[in-house]
Amino acid sequence: MKTLLVAEYRDGKLLNSTYELVAFAAQTGSESAMFLVGDNSSVPQYNGTLYLADSGKYSEFNPAVHKQLLLDVIATEKPDMVVFSHSSYGWDLAPRISLALGAAQISEVVEIDAGVPVAPVCNSKLRRQVKGNTAQTVITLQAGAFGLSDEPSGTPTIIEINTDTAAQTEFCGYEEAEASGVDLSKAEVIVSAGRGIGKPENLGIIEELAKALKGEYGASRPVIDAEWVDHSRQVGTTGQTVSPKLYVACGISGAIQHLAGMKKSEFVVAINTDKDAPIGEVADVLIVADLKQFVPALTQKLSA
Amino acid sequence: MKILVCIKQVPDMESKFKISATGSWYDDADLAWRMNEYDEYAVEQAVQLKEQIAGSDLTVLCIGRQQVQETMKKALAMGCDRGVHIADDVAHEKDPFEIASIITEFAKDKDFELIFTGMQSQDRGSAQVGVLIAELLGLPSISTIVDFNYADGKIDAKRELEGGIKALVRCSTPALVTCQLGLNTPRYPTLPNIMKAKRKELLTVNVAELLKVEAKQDTAKIYFPEKRGGGLVLEGDANDLADQLIKILKEKTAVLA
Repeated sequence: MKTLLVAEYRDGKLLNSTYELVAFAAQTGSESAMFLVGDNSSVPQYNGTLYLADSGKYSEFNPAVHKQLLLDVIATEKPDMVVFSHSSYGWDLAPRISLALGAAQISEVVEIDAGVPVAPVCNSKLRRQVKGNTAQTVITLQAGAFGLSDEPSGTPTIIEINTDTAAQTEFCGYEEAEASGVDLSKAEVIVSAGRGIGKPENLGIIEELAKALKGEYGASRPVIDAEWVDHSRQVGTTGQTVSPKLYVACGISGAIQHLAGMKKSEFVVAINTDKDAPIGEVADVLIVADLKQFVPALTQKLSA
Repeated sequence: MKILVCIKQVPDMESKFKISATGSWYDDADLAWRMNEYDEYAVEQAVQLKEQIAGSDLTVLCIGRQQVQETMKKALAMGCDRGVHIADDVAHEKDPFEIASIITEFAKDKDFELIFTGMQSQDRGSAQVGVLIAELLGLPSISTIVDFNYADGKIDAKRELEGGIKALVRCSTPALVTCQLGLNTPRYPTLPNIMKAKRKELLTVNVAELLKVEAKQDTAKIYFPEKRGGGLVLEGDANDLADQLIKILKEKTAVLA
């Protein structure tokens, strides 16, 4: 199989997720080439052909133009599979490419099972095997699903590419993440609240448990979006990545975006009424209980 | 201004899922259904835009069985002016390309200035349909937005990237945006608005009139993932559980030392 890997670049740097694409090609025994809108000063360590467009000229986010650059490379390389990361860049560009190619697009692939891509359904509670019935296939890879390539090495053969396609959108720069008031990455214990806490009044019991464990409290995305907890305490892909000695997930179902932010914790305790919640996948201990009863009981015993 | 918002009805993700008899989707019996969470933000943003631009007309579109009209009524009660229900009993078997093509076929001659969709559905999670509609209509699109402003034929949006960084992106209308969680605070329909929604126009179109393409992919099999965690599962009385957990934490971690 021949693959074309779509690497990513942001704010002047090559993104590490590029090496997940390389790992995917290696694991599937594919021949590969790579595409990047980036810069000569930050190219991947990679043994193969790198089609490189200048992000100074074409901007880091410019879907209509990146689409044309990529389509030109696809016309040259004729890959069986075009591989993106399932990221803000990948899930934006991939449908544009799949439509132009008339190709099936399979999103957020977590594994290839006997040649068939597998994708999560319903917040990872289910999986499905997806069969594309087109000659070419476009896939996006779930972050972390294929690991990083062991030790990136090599020097790519660079082919510079250009286009005169007009942009449809204007990229006006980045807004940095809000300065974090709390550095959760240094906390030894984190107690996090998820949607399962039900209402903001129940946050008190989470904070008290965090205090009893001499740790910090955090939250998953729904709690942050509801503005019950400040964004600086968000754990997950769009918040902080943490690796405490103990992580207590209270009423957190375990969306992949949250798991990506906490799965390096040394010991994970999950409290959830739903035995099948995906958080169970990463939990060392899953307490099947109503957190409103269990958490205060635990706090009381710890403080006694 | 003519505005379109596309929504999907999905099962509540806390549901106990079962595999369907065909083995190619989840069983749809005994599930609680609701509006796809991402679409609630799309509806709210569309309603806010309608309120900003006097004389706007906001259509909500949904594909599915008769029961999706319940979810559409919520969107109408939130402030959409009219509903278009594309009747399809097997919508769950359609791939993102077919769904996008159906919506495009409906929208292509309607001159919508702005189209809102969720950035993905909670069940399939493909994150394709919105961007595909824009591409099929030849419109610019901005995906995964967490901030939206419209003035004088221009959109200023913020896309959410990994690590909490946002990209500031601008484009001219007509355009399409796909909405990320946290974009706004979706309103709760008030009782008077729920009553009013019952009298709003709700047009039904048979999907056969709009479906002109074939699927590019099929779900071969759906199944529960193997439990890999292998963690301990504890159930019982809260106080007993607390004692058990403290014992485990003392043995396995250093945090209670």
